[in-house]
Amino acid sequence: MNIIDHLFKKGKNKLSIYFTAGYPKLNSTKKIIQILQQSKVNLIEIGLPYSDPMADGLIIQKSNKKALKNGMNPDQLFSQLQLIQNEIQVPLILMGYYNQFLKFGEESFLNCCKKSGISGLIFPDLPLEIYKEKYQKLFEKYELYFICLVTSQTPDNRILLLSNISKGFLYVVSSISTTGQNKDFETDPLIFLNRINNLNLSIPTLVGFGIANKNSFNLACQYANGGIIGSAFIQSLDENDLEGSIHRFIASILY
Amino acid sequence: MNSYLDDKNGFYGDFGGTFIPEILWINFKELKDSYESIILDPSFNKKFESLLNNYVGRPTPLFYCNELSKKYKTNIYLKREDLNHTGSHKINNTIGQALFAKQLGKKKIIAETGAGQHGIATATVCSLLSLECIIFMGETDILRQAINVSKMKMLGAKIIPATTGNKTLKDAINEALRYWINHPECYYLIGSVVGPHPYPKIVAYFQSIISKEIKKQLQEKKGITQPNYIITCIGGGSNSIGAFYHFLENASVKLIAVESAGLGIYTNKTAATTIQGSKGVIHGSLTFVMQDKYGQIIDPYSISAGMDYPGIGPMHANLFHTQRVKFFNVTDNDVLQAAYEISQIEGIIPALESAHALAILPKISFKKEDIVVINLSGRGDKDLKNYIRHLNQFLK
Repeated sequence: MNIIDHLFKKGKNKLSIYFTAGYPKLNSTKKIIQILQQSKVNLIEIGLPYSDPMADGLIIQKSNKKALKNGMNPDQLFSQLQLIQNEIQVPLILMGYYNQFLKFGEESFLNCCKKSGISGLIFPDLPLEIYKEKYQKLFEKYELYFICLVTSQTPDNRILLLSNISKGFLYVVSSISTTGQNKDFETDPLIFLNRINNLNLSIPTLVGFGIANKNSFNLACQYANGGIIGSAFIQSLDENDLEGSIHRFIASILY
Repeated sequence: MNSYLDDKNGFYGDFGGTFIPEILWINFKELKDSYESIILDPSFNKKFESLLNNYVGRPTPLFYCNELSKKYKTNIYLKREDLNHTGSHKINNTIGQALFAKQLGKKKIIAETGAGQHGIATATVCSLLSLECIIFMGETDILRQAINVSKMKMLGAKIIPATTGNKTLKDAINEALRYWINHPECYYLIGSVVGPHPYPKIVAYFQSIISKEIKKQLQEKKGITQPNYIITCIGGGSNSIGAFYHFLENASVKLIAVESAGLGIYTNKTAATTIQGSKGVIHGSLTFVMQDKYGQIIDPYSISAGMDYPGIGPMHANLFHTQRVKFFNVTDNDVLQAAYEISQIEGIIPALESAHALAILPKISFKKEDIVVINLSGRGDKDLKNYIRHLNQFLK
């Protein structure tokens, strides 16, 4: 059984944190994961930095640029993850763009993910049809989950379709925006989150994009199994006090 | 049916597709659901052609170059897209897409621009058709192309600088796509045969007027239905596909696309995608792209801003792969030389982009009876700064 399934067996209010691998420093990744695990985060999403992150807002774009400059790449990340594999129990999700997967060689990419303790993958620009036709079997072979996104513009029948393909959980994009925009979370998305709830999906849901603080996280938890925080977390990272800044940020969300 | 243009789910052979995040799905659904019924409609085409004739100044001449033909011992014709309103072929596409946007009920247009040619063509059409216009342009390009920026502003467009990446064309497209994610009520008027399906197909269709006219003009002038060669430059590929379109199925027409080698194909200052690139996704399309071993897109270089794109359109990727089109490349220096040559023997100052097509002439041995059509995609006013810098080097 994939450990993501274990996670959602018990309780709600799951906090997932997204950060960019190789930011602020090339070797920060290991440390960030260790501290996030200590601070009781439920799920960790590692962003593989990309030169052209189409769906990302300014904060993640900047962290991507710096991480690439620091020398982060998939080989680096996999070897860093392998060093801490035995001590990490929190499910790890890798998020990247399709071209990174394609260029690396799809099967070796999945093989490396498996060997590095990754449980699931998100490629926001990999179309559903292509995934089904070319990659679903490979993901199954390596026991890796493919996680799909839905947005408030996604019609009900497509949400059902995506929730059937998605494994582990469904990533619910709270607003029509790139990441980190944080616009009007209190109003518009609630109609959408209600719509999701009324579909009675059999898969857990996590709400992401625009969740930045305790209020928006709590609201996400009311409607879904939890929330994903990315840009706000990355912004809070203090290069000179990684541990302190992470503990402070997570405490501000959970307590 | 044209096997090179007949897409299956937006794919041309292995290339193309719609590799977009779910947040853009609805934007593309709207396009996919409506483009065929709208742009193939006869009344739409009537409006399109009327504007091309009366506003743009089409048909553009197919001009026989006496001196150039003598020099290269063959028969060289120039398709004068440089004589279009706004100075290049770009306006064929912007008129088509702006009319399409109007049919969709859109009131606001967004577009990217590199050197500013597509930006100006978009701003022009938006002014004509009373549409709000926002142009995304890399900060580096804004500094390099001050006059074009002023022109766009004078035409009523708002310019938003792209401040990410290398701050050039690629980044302007990224910013336009991100803005579109946040503002799905806009119409994104893309400038080349690049991007996710159905854009390459739509842009190719509007640019196909170029080859339609070439066909008719060769018939009128020479009583023939096809040339021996068609030569174009290729950045993203819109002028190129336009000039090839109606000859793709005709295997005896030799089609040549010329890329920018920049300072040389094996330097790191090049934009020769078919040499330096490999299969990959850029701007939502699976095609040839310049990238490192981890799939990070490499910033290209060319003397000419319109050639400065790290990919080629997916149709061209397929045409390259199937070898229907032969790809060549020329260096910045070859290009300047060709631009000075045609200026001095034919009285035409070409755009640097178009000069790439001319610069291949010395490298091909033509037969005396060959009919060679070169698509002169744009005029050189915008490149004067570059030309003046090299004045002493090339003036005899």
